[in-house]
Amino acid sequence: MTAPTGPTRLLDASGGADVVGLDAHLARWGALPDVSPKVLLDAVDRSGLRGHGGAWFPVGTKWRAVAGSGRSKPVVVANGAEGEPASGKDRYLLHHSPHLVLDGAAAAARAIGTDRVIVHVTAGPVAGVHAALAERARRRVDTCSFEVVVAPDRFLSGQESAAVATVNGRNPGIPTFVGIRSVRDQGVAGRPTLVQNVETLAHAALIARYGPEWFRSVGTADSPGTALLTVTGRWEAPRIVEVPYGTTLGKALGIDAGAAAGIQAVLLGGYGGGWLPTSTALTMPFTEESARGHGSSLGAGVVVLLPTGVCPLAEAARVVRYLEGEGAGQCGPCVNGLDVLATSMEHLAYRPRSLRGGVAALPTLCGLVEGRGACHHPDGVARFVRTAVDAFGDHAALHLSRGPCQTTRPFLSVPAPAASVAR
Amino acid sequence: MSRARYKLVVDPIACDGAGVCAELLPEMITLDPWGFPIIHGDEVPDGLLELARRTTVSCPRLALTLVRLDKR
Repeated sequence: MTAPTGPTRLLDASGGADVVGLDAHLARWGALPDVSPKVLLDAVDRSGLRGHGGAWFPVGTKWRAVAGSGRSKPVVVANGAEGEPASGKDRYLLHHSPHLVLDGAAAAARAIGTDRVIVHVTAGPVAGVHAALAERARRRVDTCSFEVVVAPDRFLSGQESAAVATVNGRNPGIPTFVGIRSVRDQGVAGRPTLVQNVETLAHAALIARYGPEWFRSVGTADSPGTALLTVTGRWEAPRIVEVPYGTTLGKALGIDAGAAAGIQAVLLGGYGGGWLPTSTALTMPFTEESARGHGSSLGAGVVVLLPTGVCPLAEAARVVRYLEGEGAGQCGPCVNGLDVLATSMEHLAYRPRSLRGGVAALPTLCGLVEGRGACHHPDGVARFVRTAVDAFGDHAALHLSRGPCQTTRPFLSVPAPAASVAR
Repeated sequence: MSRARYKLVVDPIACDGAGVCAELLPEMITLDPWGFPIIHGDEVPDGLLELARRTTVSCPRLALTLVRLDKR
């Protein structure tokens, strides 16, 4: 039950097993230590752990805010509703090491003073979570109660207020306007609610065992620890890897100069993240600060290596149209603005001479949607478009001078619209 | 006693782009190409506070609110 010393933590207990059952879990990690809420809160604070669902919010600050809200008994929502098409790390973690996630949720519940945990996941991981909960119930591992709520399979399902709406049974998967209030004050059933990504909870489960100094022994001061990444374009199929912060992606993924030459650009963070030039993405320190410094974000750990030979503008246009369709359809600027953005990207990709105002019109349109939604969906789309315009500026100039690319095989994964699936 | 400071906040879900706010308070609110309000400036200046208050109650969807800046 020694602490892992290397850069592999969450994926350490596998020993090649597909699913780490309760026996193997306890053999590797031991039971969650029986410590006070104060000790847990201090440990999480001092660890510097941040949210791995995409928002990068300090976890200790969030736990204290919910714990101190004090009106009624809080609720923990372990959030594994991973709507991002290019991300699979949360599903993988829930399948592979469910007990690490559930331990983290139990620790969070104890820290904020509640015994109620809701596991919020899309349909895929439900059976595995139920099996893990049954194992724990048989062995009386927990003092808190767990409930499983199934999220709709949509891009926005994991958004904080959308998750609360799903649990409350009102407009499942649709964000609400929280204004100056937050689900931390009034969430599930009106109670103070901690919505925390499942990977974040798994890190917290190890911090509860081995302490903040151990957690900080890997990574950098501002990006401590490790991150699970979903990497597309490096191997035949997307793969989940655990990477220490502070390294470079080139080193972590074993990409040499030869392999880098076959990569056109890198998408970091996901479809609400941003494109970076290959050399920047592979050689910058792999930290949230560096990614933000370059106009992107590590988001929920999505890394897409876009190969040469596909039209990046056609890829971007398909993604923006998908994101437009995944909007909740509630806020005027988002409903109108994302449609115009998607149409403009389609013009640039397929009918470049129809793009009124040229490429310069795109950042202006982005400015019209940023910060104007009830949730951050339009902000993410704007970031994707702005960074695409920067990263593929030369390619856009070619489209405008010589016409669009011949159709290429689609590369980025874009699910079919829900309506056409249902038909 | 220090005076209270306020900002204007739009609930973008409730707002349906009626545009009343931009007519009543053009000093702080303009409309985007689709008719939805864009708020300019973070703090409502003292001289506009009363007009801003009247604008919030004139919104047919009550989508515009004054929010205290100095409280959370």
